[in-house]
Amino acid sequence: MSSYYNSEDLPKFGKIGEFGAKDLAKDFFKYYGETFKDGALTEREKSLIALAVAHTMQCPYCIDAYTTDTIQKGCTQDEMMEAVHVAAALAAGVKLVHSVQMINKAKEVTM
Amino acid sequence: MNPVKSLKAQKSELGESAFQLKVLNDEHRLGQKISLFRDKLKEQSLFPLKPTKLDIFQINVGKMCNQVCKHCHVDAGPDRKEIMTQETMQQCIDVLAKHKFSTLDLTGGAPEMNNNFRWFIEEIRKVDADINIIVRCNLTIILANPKYHDLPDFFRKHRLEVVSSLPATSASRTDSQRGDGVFEDSIKALLMLNEVGYGKEDSDLKLNLVYNPAGAFLPAGQAGLEKEFKRVLSTKFGIVFNSLFAITNIPISRYLDYLLVSGNYASYMDKLVEAYNPVAAENVMCRNTLSIGWDGYLYDCDFNQMLELKVDAKSKHISDFDFEELSNRSIIVNQHCYGCTAGAGSSCGGEVA
Repeated sequence: MSSYYNSEDLPKFGKIGEFGAKDLAKDFFKYYGETFKDGALTEREKSLIALAVAHTMQCPYCIDAYTTDTIQKGCTQDEMMEAVHVAAALAAGVKLVHSVQMINKAKEVTM
Repeated sequence: MNPVKSLKAQKSELGESAFQLKVLNDEHRLGQKISLFRDKLKEQSLFPLKPTKLDIFQINVGKMCNQVCKHCHVDAGPDRKEIMTQETMQQCIDVLAKHKFSTLDLTGGAPEMNNNFRWFIEEIRKVDADINIIVRCNLTIILANPKYHDLPDFFRKHRLEVVSSLPATSASRTDSQRGDGVFEDSIKALLMLNEVGYGKEDSDLKLNLVYNPAGAFLPAGQAGLEKEFKRVLSTKFGIVFNSLFAITNIPISRYLDYLLVSGNYASYMDKLVEAYNPVAAENVMCRNTLSIGWDGYLYDCDFNQMLELKVDAKSKHISDFDFEELSNRSIIVNQHCYGCTAGAGSSCGGEVA
């Protein structure tokens, strides 16, 4: 394998069932498809959430897929960028909230 | 930056229909062998593709346009001088007087730039008061010159259905496809159309928008896009419209040029082929439409017209119109037809499946 991530691999995702565990793949894709349908949230809102999660998970396949998907659904560049900032803010917050533990411990061991 | 000249004026190879067809059938450029469109139709016993009913009479009254959009399948622009004459228009009127069509669809270029446009509408109304007349108005033409400022009133007077392109609710994405300042002028024109009564829920004056992707991707679901466009245009600008038609970009002419230059051609064709929908294939618009070129020649659709693929019938010109023969002709297909059968399908009226 020359590289672990190839853009040509993205369209193969839907065919993972051909390698094995066909029923599990079928169930997964059914669930996946249902999840992204219009519901209490619109397809467009769900696509923006997926774009943010894709960045959090740092998945190149998902970033590829949901960049196109959000554009297809009419999202503006500002909306897409703000979704990524939400992911980034959360990621930063996750780190920073642990500083409370640091502060607690520091108070515990110092005079 | 949008081109200032048509491919034709630039003497680009892609300005020639024969070269476009060569590219579309060049496996080397695709990097793989893709099924022939006709073979896809054969799998569902649709080949040769036959008309269901001649119902929509679509006339391209000329290639002249005030815009030079990056995706234009007509390769239209201010430098295109191919314009339908009054004589050819009269031949179209004679056919409309003799045969019943539900819809007359006027396209271009900017149809309003044909000097005989208003005369043509008035004469058509004399022979068929009820036919639904669509004008594919690019919106900016209304503001392009004082002589066009009263177009909304003219449209209203003759009860035309207005179908206008708007690829996005933001200026940056709209202008990247249609040219600098187009979004701003389009918004002004939409407000002028609303002002005379177009697009309102209880009005018979229909204002429909066309969404073409501003890039190398397919349109999302029409219903979701319509909802979003209605929300944004209403809240930000106070604009109302009736329906949104999501149309897939067909890989010919200037859009094919864009795909090739941007390196998206092979992946775009792959997307179209992967998304082939047999239901969309059954409902393709060429089965109920006849397309008439600026010089009176007949085609299966506006895309075949730009590829200069004349109808497969003895009756090839409006002056020699044979309704029966044309109703039974075989429709000419090629690889660009994948654009009309991808996903929910695509026609001049949006999704078909």
